[in-house]
Amino acid sequence: MIPLSHFLIVGAILFGLSLAGIILNRKNLIVLLMCVELMLLAVNTNFIAFSQFFGSTEGETFVFFILAVAAVESAIGLAILVVMFRNRGTINVSELDSLKG
Amino acid sequence: MQTLPVFSAASAEILTGIMICVTLLAQTFLGDKVKQIAYYLVQISLVAAFILLARELYDPAIITFSGMFDDDAFSRLLKLSICAVSFFVFLYSREYITEKNMPSGEYYILGLSSILGMLVLVSSYNFLTLFMGLELFSLPVYAMVALQRKSVINTEAAMKYFIVGAIGSGMLLYGISMFYGATQSLNFADVAKVVADSSAPQSMLLVFALVFVVSGVAFKLGAVPFHMWVPDVYDGAPTAVTLFISSAPKIAAMAMALRIFVDALPGLVLQWQPILIVLAIFSMALGNIVAIAQSNIKRMLAYSSIAHIGYALLGVIAATDEGYSTAIFYIISYAIMTSGAFGLLTVMSRNGVEIENIADLQGLSDRNPWLAFMMLLVIFSMAGIPPFVGFMAKVAVLEALISVHLVWLAALALLFAIIGVYYYIRVIKVMYFDSSKAKQQAVNLPLDKNIAISVNGLAVLVLGIFPGSLFGLCLSVVHTGF
Amino acid sequence: MEQTIHTLTLLAVLAPLVGSIIVGLLCMRIPKIIAHSITISGVAISFLCSCYIFDMIVLQGYPAVNFIAYDWVTSGSFNLDMGFLVDQLTSVMFLVVTFVSLLVHIYSVGYMAEDSGYARFFSYMSLFTFSMLLLVGANNLIQLFFGWEGVGLVSYLLIGFWYQKDSAANGSFKAFLVNRVGDFAFLLGMAAILDYFGTINYAQIFAQAPTMAATTINIFPHSPWLVVTVICILLFIGAMGKSAQIPLHVWLPESMEGPTPISALIHAATMVTAGVFMIARMSPLFELSDVALSLVLVIGATTALFTGLIAIVQTDIKRIIAYSTMSQLGYMVAANGASAFSAGIFHLLTHACFKALLFLAAGSVIIAMHHEQDIFKMGNLKKYIPTTYVTFLIGALALTAIPPFAGFYSKDAIIEAVSLSTIPGATYSYFCLLLGAFVTGVYTFRLIFVVFHGEEKMSNSLRQVLHESPKTVRFPLIILAIPSVIIGAVLAKPMVYTMMGLLGNSVYVASSHDVAAELAADFPGTFAIIFSGFLHAPFWFAAAGIFVSWYCYVKHPSLPVQVVEKASWAYKACVNKLGFDAFNNIIFVHGLKKFSDFLYYVTDVKWIDGWVVAGSGNGIVRISNLAKKLQSGYLYHYAFAMILGLFGLLIWLLVF
Repeated sequence: MIPLSHFLIVGAILFGLSLAGIILNRKNLIVLLMCVELMLLAVNTNFIAFSQFFGSTEGETFVFFILAVAAVESAIGLAILVVMFRNRGTINVSELDSLKG
Repeated sequence: MQTLPVFSAASAEILTGIMICVTLLAQTFLGDKVKQIAYYLVQISLVAAFILLARELYDPAIITFSGMFDDDAFSRLLKLSICAVSFFVFLYSREYITEKNMPSGEYYILGLSSILGMLVLVSSYNFLTLFMGLELFSLPVYAMVALQRKSVINTEAAMKYFIVGAIGSGMLLYGISMFYGATQSLNFADVAKVVADSSAPQSMLLVFALVFVVSGVAFKLGAVPFHMWVPDVYDGAPTAVTLFISSAPKIAAMAMALRIFVDALPGLVLQWQPILIVLAIFSMALGNIVAIAQSNIKRMLAYSSIAHIGYALLGVIAATDEGYSTAIFYIISYAIMTSGAFGLLTVMSRNGVEIENIADLQGLSDRNPWLAFMMLLVIFSMAGIPPFVGFMAKVAVLEALISVHLVWLAALALLFAIIGVYYYIRVIKVMYFDSSKAKQQAVNLPLDKNIAISVNGLAVLVLGIFPGSLFGLCLSVVHTGF
Repeated sequence: MEQTIHTLTLLAVLAPLVGSIIVGLLCMRIPKIIAHSITISGVAISFLCSCYIFDMIVLQGYPAVNFIAYDWVTSGSFNLDMGFLVDQLTSVMFLVVTFVSLLVHIYSVGYMAEDSGYARFFSYMSLFTFSMLLLVGANNLIQLFFGWEGVGLVSYLLIGFWYQKDSAANGSFKAFLVNRVGDFAFLLGMAAILDYFGTINYAQIFAQAPTMAATTINIFPHSPWLVVTVICILLFIGAMGKSAQIPLHVWLPESMEGPTPISALIHAATMVTAGVFMIARMSPLFELSDVALSLVLVIGATTALFTGLIAIVQTDIKRIIAYSTMSQLGYMVAANGASAFSAGIFHLLTHACFKALLFLAAGSVIIAMHHEQDIFKMGNLKKYIPTTYVTFLIGALALTAIPPFAGFYSKDAIIEAVSLSTIPGATYSYFCLLLGAFVTGVYTFRLIFVVFHGEEKMSNSLRQVLHESPKTVRFPLIILAIPSVIIGAVLAKPMVYTMMGLLGNSVYVASSHDVAAELAADFPGTFAIIFSGFLHAPFWFAAAGIFVSWYCYVKHPSLPVQVVEKASWAYKACVNKLGFDAFNNIIFVHGLKKFSDFLYYVTDVKWIDGWVVAGSGNGIVRISNLAKKLQSGYLYHYAFAMILGLFGLLIWLLVF
């Protein structure tokens, strides 16, 4: 049996990876969307692990909801992305700076 | 064996949910024949929800849907204000939406969905409902910001809002998962019980979880340092959408904060209090200071909203019943003020004119003295000048702070409030004392806008002179609700 | 019954406010007749309610009503309520204020008919009435102060009503500045009360007053002062500003730049008596401090004499009456100082009638003379404006305290009371007041003789068009003439010469100061006092004054010129307002100017503007511009800020 802490560490690593991705990535907006997904997956890992460990279904249920919301989020995110690409012809993160100050 | 949930407790939510579907269908099939059908249906459903909620305002609290949903006086009061404020928001936006050729059905339907999310969020009694409410309330707003598909600025604002919003909810979720791990439960009452008698080793995990949850909440509130989206989104979104984002969601976010901190985590008060103090100080400082350097009025009001959130948090920081009630009072009166301010900007942005910069208000007192006067009331109130409601709200939170011996914090808050007066007064100065350079036309409004703006502006004054009843309401709601 | 009084009080207070708001908001768009109808009906409603309240509380003796209209702020143990204390004192003041206000409103219909700011004027006047009622009806100091500032504000607005005139703008400014001095002290007094008593509610303050009687405070090291004394002196300085007592009286003559109805309403009958009212209201505190009472007495008596002296040499009809107002206010204040509060309020009441009458009649003269205010350009006007003449004469007789006119009863009672008083300074004050009676006779009848008698000095063209004023102007004159004759006789006995008179327990008098009781004991009866009045010194002084002015201005008109030549120093002194303005100029204006130049150039420009404001203002703007850069517009910076915040909090909480 793999101890709980291992799962949590995996979750934390995933979460950290996603954060790092968001900060470091300056090129592609799609990578940002992927990082956001990754962040939710990190949370899912946590929930599943706890749920398994406690033997309760509450956490697993939560995961289903998160998955659904994640799908909605990527739908909206991609929609905005498409609109943006049409307007600007680029999805470069570092060019996204007309609003500031 | 589980009993059936009490559906009547969620009557407003159910009604709103049905109305979303009805409006969607009506807009799709009748949209071409009946003009503005979505607008009317949405307004009707808001009024109906308002009536439903108002009728049962003082009914005893019910926790139902397997302990997921808490229908108490606190949630009813906040839902009432959300519905009322949103009603005014849609009223102000109508012409703007039509004139700017925005897909009007979408604006109202997305708006109503977001309101449904807020209603669920306000009533949540479980981290799951809280999360679902939060997402339902945020996701439509991302789409609303990008409603003008041709606009570069709009889509940029939407993208930024979306990405940071996703990070915010990711943090919140991560925190929730930690709480789940620490307490084995998602229900607020159970979490509160476990947290209250948790021993030392677990508390490390709890604090860890707490910081993540606070970050998520602070993001929704727009408190420093999770505020970066606020100015860009306020500035980049169409004014009607900014109007929507700036008003009811603030109430919902404050409700979320109170639900989490007071319902679920009263045992961690010693931990979240200092965090909130830091957030509040930074918010008040940064909001008030950076607002001075703004020339764009939407940006200025965005920074002002950051500062106001700082003040509203002061009430939560006090961590007494009186404090919570002042926080509620503050956030409701702020929603009234901000809907008035952005509402004025929205209704004045007509006939090809878009009010973007403070300078666009030049000579408003000549062009439409009544509107200028209403703006004056709202701005004075935001600045916290007596006898307007903004002043009473500030006095109330400071008083709550002083009564728990946080005098230094109150003094600091006062200092920032004084700095803040500067940029508010500048707006007044521009409206009344700067003559407009270009020969600008008189501003005329349709009757319903005029009435709504007058009601909104005078409410700021009347609530400032007679704050007693709303104060009493907030206090009684806190006494019975939590 | 209590409920009726609640409702009526609120109605009386709010009716003028509603009228003012309606007319004020619509002032550009409504015809004159609607503007004055609305405000006049507002004040009329108010007047009727006041009559009823007066009848209930004062005449029928219902107990005082103290109620809270609404809670404004409740914070902890400290309450800010809008409340009303309707007792005898308040009822009397309500009646005076609404009565005079109503008549002045009616009068203004005729007087202001030609003015372009007609509706604005009426709106201000109703607003004034509201603030004044708020002031006198208050049951706590904050509300009193609210009304106090409210009437002040309207007063500045109305002095500067013709803001196109420089003198009007300056007068308004002067009034504002001088009143700030008083208000500052008043605020300090209020703060001291809040500090020591923990409340600003009258009832609670008075209940605690006896226990505070011996508390002391060290203002300077090793010289303990009674707290009550300090509080009372501070409050009294506030009253000095508002009621134009020496040396804070300099603004009142300047206030005559405003329209005449305003001079009648605000600067004679009501607002300037607010200080007198306030002292009477706070009598339970003042009675605890002999020092404060002495100060009140001496200042009042000094004002009564010296401002009267200045009045003798003035040539502007309104300024003469203005100085006479200060002098009469001095009498009222002196009465308060001698603990004869009922006599002071009685004089306030009669004075409101006859002084409003005098001002309105003067206004009528001014209309007839086409805005000529120099009395030496008038003369023999009795032939042209007989109604005005008769009413003016009645006012003058009342002012000079000739029995049986109203002023006689009240002024006689005051002088009598001061003669009976035993506190320090009473003897000096008694002589001042007696001489004051003589001086009053001189300047009042000088005015009468020069304006209405003697030779006609106006230009021929003006003489052709001289005629009596319109009906709306004459009507208030006649109405005001009636109380100026009879009100003294009617109210003298119940108000002053009875133990626990009409004011009952709404004013408090310590037994050691109770001159009113002695007065009551000696009272010979309403009519008998008329005859005994002829034997009293004040009458002979007043009569002598009238005689002197007759001798100088009718019998030997050349005499004043010789007197001026012979005693030029005295004349000059009086013309120069006994040097108060010069004194103010040297000490305050020049001295202060030097000082303020120093403050301005050194502390302000250099330290405060340069360092603090520019330091803080510019600093903040600089910080602001700097902090603005934080909002770089880059998504990854935003995310970075959030993550930084998150980890910052984590580290802070977990490590520390």
